[in-house]
Amino acid sequence: MRDAFVKILLEEMAGNDRIVLITGDLGFGVLRPVWERFPKQIMNAGIAEQGMVSMAAGLAATGRTVLVYSIGNFPSLRPLEQIRNDCAYHGADVKIVCVGGGFVYGSLGMSHHATEDLSILRALPGVRCFAPGDPAEAELVTREAIRTRGTCYLRLGRGNEPQVHESVPAGWKAPDSLTLRQGKDVALLSTGGILTQTTDAARRLAEKGISAEVVSFPCLKPLDEKKVRELLNRFRCIVTVEENTIVGGFGSAVCEIAAETGSGCRVKRIGLQDTYSTVVGSQQYLREIYGMDGAAVAEKAEGLIHEQGTDAG
Amino acid sequence: MDNYEALVHRVFGGKQPDVKDPRVLAWLIRRNGLEMSHLSRGSHIGSVFSVAEIIAVLYTRILRVDPKNPAWPDRDRLILSKGHAGSAVYAALAETGFFPVEQLKTHYANGSILSGHVSHKGVPGVEVSTGSLGHGLGIGAGMALGARMDGAPWRTYVVMGDGECDEGSVWESALQAAQYGLDRLTAIVDYNHMQSLTTVEKTLKLEPFEDKWRDFGWTVQSVNGHDPYALEAALKKAQAAEGTGKPQMILAHTVKGKGVSFMENNILWHYRTPQGEEYEAALKELEAQRP
Repeated sequence: MRDAFVKILLEEMAGNDRIVLITGDLGFGVLRPVWERFPKQIMNAGIAEQGMVSMAAGLAATGRTVLVYSIGNFPSLRPLEQIRNDCAYHGADVKIVCVGGGFVYGSLGMSHHATEDLSILRALPGVRCFAPGDPAEAELVTREAIRTRGTCYLRLGRGNEPQVHESVPAGWKAPDSLTLRQGKDVALLSTGGILTQTTDAARRLAEKGISAEVVSFPCLKPLDEKKVRELLNRFRCIVTVEENTIVGGFGSAVCEIAAETGSGCRVKRIGLQDTYSTVVGSQQYLREIYGMDGAAVAEKAEGLIHEQGTDAG
Repeated sequence: MDNYEALVHRVFGGKQPDVKDPRVLAWLIRRNGLEMSHLSRGSHIGSVFSVAEIIAVLYTRILRVDPKNPAWPDRDRLILSKGHAGSAVYAALAETGFFPVEQLKTHYANGSILSGHVSHKGVPGVEVSTGSLGHGLGIGAGMALGARMDGAPWRTYVVMGDGECDEGSVWESALQAAQYGLDRLTAIVDYNHMQSLTTVEKTLKLEPFEDKWRDFGWTVQSVNGHDPYALEAALKKAQAAEGTGKPQMILAHTVKGKGVSFMENNILWHYRTPQGEEYEAALKELEAQRP
């Protein structure tokens, strides 16, 4: 996703010298093409994220589109008030870009696990939130983020993720969700890089004769509410999957609509269960430990179906 | 109140005050600050009084701004980073024609756009909303950087508090402004030696304050922050620093509550609102000082 982000950034910078990227002293290899091709449009703010985001707001006030780049929680939670007051309240054209959403930096420890960012950023008025599920979605939302004025949060994964979509979906517009698989027994709703696990869960369920629909939501805020309502009407069981706390994030957003709709559909939220990780390991290892890998998603989906008493066959 | 403007201008005997004179504008900032704090029962009057000459000199002698065209692209930018002294800026803007003086009486009131901490929403002439400390210098650095990238003629000014310099973000921005060589960025610290609970010295010592800024790569001047001529000279000297590659800091030595004897250097007046006999006594002192 990092590479997809940089690819689109370079394309956009080529046609627009008002786009500037500020890095918080990170992205050594990833940003090299930007340093080489557009040295006047990239700068290093040092390890000083609060100053960096305030500066981005000031720079945006001179008619620029400013991307702020760092990893994990450093561009989001560290300068949260600067995002709220200096960017969002002023409608500043600042894009907060996080590389390493969820457990990407699993072995580096809790400090580097971005597992509440979606919930916290989603709560800020005027901040659109994007969490692409694969490199193809990363291309779509990066272009959308750059081209639409205002403050937004872009939560990327890492490098070299598998592509889930066969190609970059054509005709996408925010906040559209993307349906990867049709189904009738359960709908698996996914946001962010955990999409690989969600599609894996659908395959596992299929082997048991359970038909799962898979829908990816690269745009968390605004949410594709129309699609959520349609799924709530069509299914009796919905499972939400996110590499983020279940408190206040994507699952919560779906539940807010479900509660107001009163459709009778049950929603199971999969994500980090209001805790911090206390062990380290690879991203996939931590997904397994904390019950959000493909096998766990399939198992929980199946359990929900049985609880609801639907015909799973 | 029916005629707020007539009340705050009454000592001018029906004549329009000369708002181009920094001493007159400083007086009007204090007079409006007293009235706004009195009407709203709002706090921070001590801070408004300490920053009065700084704001007055900026609006009369330094800032290239146009009240008839507040969004003029080439205007100088002023950020009041110590947003709690917002009524000083509101008063200066109203008195110099950005919006009606009468509107000042709505400060703090239900439904008003004149919030206790300075806000840009719907208020012509205010660039940036502040209130949480330690934000303004960074925003100013970004503006100065953008202006330099554009080769634009305007300058950026940031007015900060001394207590505000407790915030770590101030020093992040200090490093960044120096690193980028933003010599058209000028910051002024209203150095009144008092913060929320007690003195700066008893809270987090800032001295040697000049040395700190110098060591961070800034050019520093220290002046009497209640002397309009000294302030103007320092600000002009800062303008002449273009090409040095150093951001400009002016440490303006001030007195919290300046202008009303019983408010001066009294921490109580960070919060207290003048009512009854205190309001009358403050008004008497201020009106006696009218330039």
